[in-house]
Order: sequence, then structure tokens, then C-alpha cells
Amino acid sequence: MKDFPKYLLTRIGAADSHTLRVYRSQGGYETLEQVLKKPWTPEQVIGVMKDSGLRGRGGAGFPTGMKWSFMPDITKDPRPRYLAVNADESEPGTCKDRVLMERDPHGLVEGCLIACYAMRAKAAYIYVRGEYRLSYNRLQAAIDEARAAGLVGKNILGSDFSCDIWMHKGAGAYICGEETGLMESLEGKRGHPRPKPPFPAGSGLWKSPTTVNNVETIFNAPFIVKNGAEWFKGLGVPKSTGNFLCGISGHVNRPGVYELPFGVTAREIIEDCAGGVWKGRKLKAFFPGGSSTGLLPASAVDVVMDHDSVKAAGSMFGTAAMIVLDETASIPQIMDVTLRFYDHESCGQCSQCREGTQWLHQIFHRIAVGRGQREDLDLLVSLSNGMAPAKTICALADAAAIPTLAAIKHFRADFEECVKLGRDPNAPSHQSAPELHEAHA
Amino acid sequence: MALPQTLIDEFNTLVSHYPERRAGLIPALHRCQEELGGWLSPQTIEDLAAFFGLEPVEVFGVATFYPMFRLTPRGKHLVSVCHNISCTLRGGEELLTHVCKVTGAPVGGTSPDGKFSVVRVECQGACANAPMFDLDGVYHEDLDPSKAEKILRSAP
Repeated sequence: MKDFPKYLLTRIGAADSHTLRVYRSQGGYETLEQVLKKPWTPEQVIGVMKDSGLRGRGGAGFPTGMKWSFMPDITKDPRPRYLAVNADESEPGTCKDRVLMERDPHGLVEGCLIACYAMRAKAAYIYVRGEYRLSYNRLQAAIDEARAAGLVGKNILGSDFSCDIWMHKGAGAYICGEETGLMESLEGKRGHPRPKPPFPAGSGLWKSPTTVNNVETIFNAPFIVKNGAEWFKGLGVPKSTGNFLCGISGHVNRPGVYELPFGVTAREIIEDCAGGVWKGRKLKAFFPGGSSTGLLPASAVDVVMDHDSVKAAGSMFGTAAMIVLDETASIPQIMDVTLRFYDHESCGQCSQCREGTQWLHQIFHRIAVGRGQREDLDLLVSLSNGMAPAKTICALADAAAIPTLAAIKHFRADFEECVKLGRDPNAPSHQSAPELHEAHA
Repeated sequence: MALPQTLIDEFNTLVSHYPERRAGLIPALHRCQEELGGWLSPQTIEDLAAFFGLEPVEVFGVATFYPMFRLTPRGKHLVSVCHNISCTLRGGEELLTHVCKVTGAPVGGTSPDGKFSVVRVECQGACANAPMFDLDGVYHEDLDPSKAEKILRSAP
């Protein structure tokens, strides 16, 4: 892999990188100060974000600057407005935001302040998944330090800009990472996604204009404002700019979270960053961007990692959470586990999703434990086509249907073998039984 | 019965962070579970409903939606074993089996001595350090059965 400039993870090498003192010693909060004292107009900040081409890092890849510009004109719409930071990182395979929150929380705080300034938001709520206790505690400590230093709260750095940042803890539901499910949850309700429209910018938290952004997206903002859109566009590829965090897991020698420029290939990530497939084995398949992105076979390993190229290869860039399967892995077992997840996480509002995820899971399960029937594969395809695309309130049904269709497309023979043998030759001890579905102890 | 005054004071501050009081409900459920025995009793649900001005059934409806909230008592220690894709690929199923063996608790249940409850949970966001479990709120990563056993045996 060619050498390339890094910025996302450069600060975390320092001892106590999570403290205000160390953050400031590395230039922290200077960008906020520049914005407030120069001063930039909010429109200028949104302008540079738009020009940078930054696309959201939470999975959908929507242009961030454009999203910010959807917030209504404050002179015509005086309702209070909010930023909600989506730190409910729960897509299987995804473990990247946690690194930023645990080791560089002030970077996120500074990003929130700049984003709130640009969108004239009076407060940011950081919705962290409940399991991430260290992330929560580090961010809370960072906010407390920043507040004591006059960086959060009223008249920040003596300017007329006031903004609060509040931490908010989720409680283990994947669906709360969907932006409208997140807002329902933040309002103290069950995390049921809302029908759209209205979109959050028009009616979000407490029916006020709201923007929901992923942690890594917000984390990029101070770097873009400081270094400019041209600098950012110099990294990555024309339609996917900047660097991204790639969490790679599964059957590799060095699983981890790596900073990479868009445009590297999956092969470079697996071989150069992660030290190759473990135990000297060959690659069988990989999820390029989390469990809701379709599995790709080993023959696709030279795919270029950017939104458009991965899409062209028949999958999605998602959260860049690569999960690698070696030649001994059982595709039926992994699909059983994958669909168990969507079955468990469906909120239950839409019948296609509530029933569909359950059926997909049951069918994958019976194939994986050797009770599959010949017609099961066609049944899986037919069910998936009844669930997606875009047939439900949110995309969870799609997130279950997409990997189902991809697995059957690329690995039909693996399922057929299990059906024929009446057992899974690659996962003889697989014991993922639905009767063990207990979530509460 | 009512909530302890310390929690009421805390929740009064908490709700001031939001334009609507109800937004504090999920964080408050967490705090009650932490402080009041590791689960949410019917009494706690009623007390929280009173604090938030909601019907108990509304609070119950919220609590049951979220897997982290427990509506029944649990053992002294709670082990949440991750069993999603990345963990499964690196021995998560073997880890879960071993955790049950060492603790004497079935998946989703509590050991006869009341010391451990074991739950199988979906992805906890530690995929690059799989397999793993959370023991009483602390992540233990890059586990194998013998490391796991050592950690569990040293729990008081």
C-alpha cells in the first residue's frame, strides 16, 4: 500500500490522549476558536463542508454538508434546533467510533460545537449505546472539562455563541441507530422508527429541526474547517473524499481499526493492514461494510473501497466494517447468526420485517443444523423480495434481505451441500438454537 | 415506597437537560437498575412512572423494548457473552459453552448458587477483539476459554 497522510488517529498515540490538557497540546479547540473569533458565518462553515464532499460515515454515505443545509432558515423558523450524534454503533462488525470516543473524546466535542455553530443548534445530544460505558464516561469527562474551561455552555470563548452538549445512554437496541428510532428513544420511548416525511431537519427531536450525524462524520468537521475543502478532496477519490476508519475482524492475523484513504482495495486492507488471512488459509468471503452489506466472494477481493465501487461490485461500503471469512468458514452458520441478529433487532412495527426476519432466521437455522429442505433457498429469495427494497418504514428489513440474497447468489452450493448431507460439514458443533434466544437474565 | 432521595435529586438535574421531562426516562431506568439491585422491580417501574408523570404500563413498555433492562432478578454477577458474526468466527460459541460450564448458569439463566447470570447478547462493538464478554459492565476482550475461566473464577 502506498503511503498516505493520516489525521483521524494521529492524536491517540499520546499518553492521556483523552484529556483536555493533551488535546490542547495537540492543537485542540484552535479550530473552534478560529471559527468564533475570525469570525466565520455559519453559512461559511456549511459551505466548506459541502465543498469537501464529506459523506456520512454511519453507513448510508449521505453528503454531510448537504444534510446540514437542510436545516430551515433561522430567520423564518425560530424553533430551537438540535444536533443528535449517533454513537449507537451496533452494526455487527463495526467498532470504529468507539476508538474515537474512548481515546479522542475532545475531538468529538469540538466537532459537535462546530456543527452546532453551523446549524445554529442550541444543543447536541450524544446518544451512546449503553454497553459502551468507557466511551460514555470519557465523553462525559471531556464535556465536563470543556464546560469548566468555557468551551461548552453560555458564551463560548467570550463569543455570543452558546451551546450545550448532553450525554444520553441507549439500552441495547440496534434499531436506535436508525435516525428516527434514535430520536424516539432519546425522547424516552420505544425505539420505533418514524415514517418519513417529515424528515428530521423539518421535524425531528421534539418536533424541532434536527440533524443526526454519526460520530466519525462529526469528528471530521474540525479537520475540514481547519485545512479546507481542497485538502480534504486531495485525500481519497473524487466521489468519496477523505480518510475513513476501517474496522476489520474475523479470520485475519491482525484484526483492528485502521485509518485508510478511500480508494484502497479490500485486498490491501486484508493483506497489508490486517496481516492476511489467519493460519495460512485462503480467503473465502468477506462482508465489506458490516453485516447488512452483502457478502462478497474471494474473487471480489480487488474491489476498490469507496461507495461507488463497492456498490458496482454488488454490495455496499456501509460502515467499512470488514468481516473476513476463511476457507473453512461455514456460510450457513454465519447466515444463521446474521439473521438471528435482524430477527432479534426488528422493532416489530412492520409485518414484512417482524415476520420476515423471523422466517429468514428460522430457515437459515434449519439449513445450518442439517434440517434444510430443497425448496428453502427459493423460499429465502421469495421472502427477501417481499421484504425489500423500501417496503417498510425503515431499512432494517432491507438490511436482512440484502445479505440473504447475496449469500444465496454467491454461495448457493454451500447451502445445497448442507441440505443434501443433512448436516453442516464446516460447523459441526454449531449450536445456535432459537430456543436459546433469551435476552433477559 | 418511593425512589431514594439521591436518585430523585439526580433525576431532577437529568430532566433539566431536555425540553421534555420524559426524555430522561431511559437514562433513569439505567440508574435505577444500577442502584436498586441490578433489575427493575414492579415497584421501581411504578416509582419511575410517578416521577415522570406516566402510567406504569408506559414505563413497562419502554423497559421491555430494550435488551439491557432486566425485569427479573439476576445473579450477583452478569456475564454478557457476545455471539455475533465476528465473535462466532473466532470461537464465540465455544466461549459461551465454556462460560456456562464454569459458572453453572444456563444461557439466559442464573447459576444455582445465585452467583452468575449468563446472557448471550448480540454485537457489543468489540469485533476487532473477538471473542469477548462483558462482566458487570467491563469488557474482557481477545478471550479464549482458559482466559475466560480465570477471569470468572476471580470474581468475588
